[in-house]
Amino acid sequence: MSALVAAVPAVLAEGGQTSGAEEALFWVLAPVMVLAALGLLFARKAVHAALSLIVVMISLAFMYVAQGAVFLGVVQVVVYTGAIMMLFLFVLMLVGVGSSDSLVETIRGQRWAGWIAALGLVAVLAGVLGTALYPESVGLEEANARSNPEGVAEVIFADHVFAMEVVGALLVTAALGALVLTHRRRLGPKRGQRELADLRVEGGHHLAPLPAPGVYARHNAMDVPALDPYGNPLESSVPRVLRVRGQEADAAEYAARIDRVLAGRAAKPDENPPPAADPAGQAVNAPDIADAVAGVDLEGETK
Amino acid sequence: MSLDNYLVLAAILFSIGAATVLLRRNAIIVFMGVELMLNATNLLLVTFSRLHGQLDGQVLAFFVMVVAAAEVVVGLAIIVSIYRTRRSASVDDVNLLKS
Repeated sequence: MSALVAAVPAVLAEGGQTSGAEEALFWVLAPVMVLAALGLLFARKAVHAALSLIVVMISLAFMYVAQGAVFLGVVQVVVYTGAIMMLFLFVLMLVGVGSSDSLVETIRGQRWAGWIAALGLVAVLAGVLGTALYPESVGLEEANARSNPEGVAEVIFADHVFAMEVVGALLVTAALGALVLTHRRRLGPKRGQRELADLRVEGGHHLAPLPAPGVYARHNAMDVPALDPYGNPLESSVPRVLRVRGQEADAAEYAARIDRVLAGRAAKPDENPPPAADPAGQAVNAPDIADAVAGVDLEGETK
Repeated sequence: MSLDNYLVLAAILFSIGAATVLLRRNAIIVFMGVELMLNATNLLLVTFSRLHGQLDGQVLAFFVMVVAAAEVVVGLAIIVSIYRTRRSASVDDVNLLKS
């Protein structure tokens, strides 16, 4: 850490007075922080609020380091932006990213009262800051003589050992509390793979995979229903999305064509020939359909 | 530039956090407002630590961070459990005791 401190002496201002570099850093970061904090106040979506709060916290980490609190700067990044804000984002995912504020006012005049109270707080804080007398700034050169983490460790583990241990107990309690609060009691028996399989067999539903759409080699488009052995279209073979959208091809039309094929009457060219065919409707360089159907007749017999 | 600027910035951030708590309805955003207030307090503590040349302020800020972590864990767990039972993260909908 001391190597890091030695590497950036221009920004690290441990003294009582701010250096020029620190001043520049402050005037760059402070507007960004205030704008991001206002984003927390005005953002319609919770995710945007969380992101602007992350901006504020990272900028705060910069300010801590610039003020000689190197250890706190690192802790700020690790604990606040790394752990706490990620926890916020996880909960946002659980609760629903799209959840935005309701604009319905349940308590009459609460919005105005809130604004007035907030402005009152601003006035009070401004008054306090304006009238308070500050001592001559001492700076942290002496306190950070060895290094900032060492100085902080000395204060924590010498003067505040008991508080440190209480905080440890608090963290354990908080973890347990979170476990208890989010624990969900199982209402029914646990359903394993075996139970699910038994349930499916008992239900008498379709056990095998659904039939694939398309008919023979003629129409393998997704929107053409397959035919069962008796020539009836199978609704379930078309993907459900297409069925819901109403983009399913007319099953009767394809079934009729297949009937013609099976009856051996498909030798006639289609009513609307493919573009490659010549105007007379005769297929170009294509094998004779009648020959192809002759092989299909086998299937006609089986039917 | 004197160190007062840091104090003013901390006061502004604290006020915005308080306004967030008072004005927003989404429980998670309200909670973020509390976090912003804690962060503003930490900035104040660090600045005063430098002003007085003692590290106690930084240690106090460190404890604030740890307690904030514990508080966030429990608070978010409460929000999640309320959301599970009421399907809402709005602070206005938590009026079970009212009716």
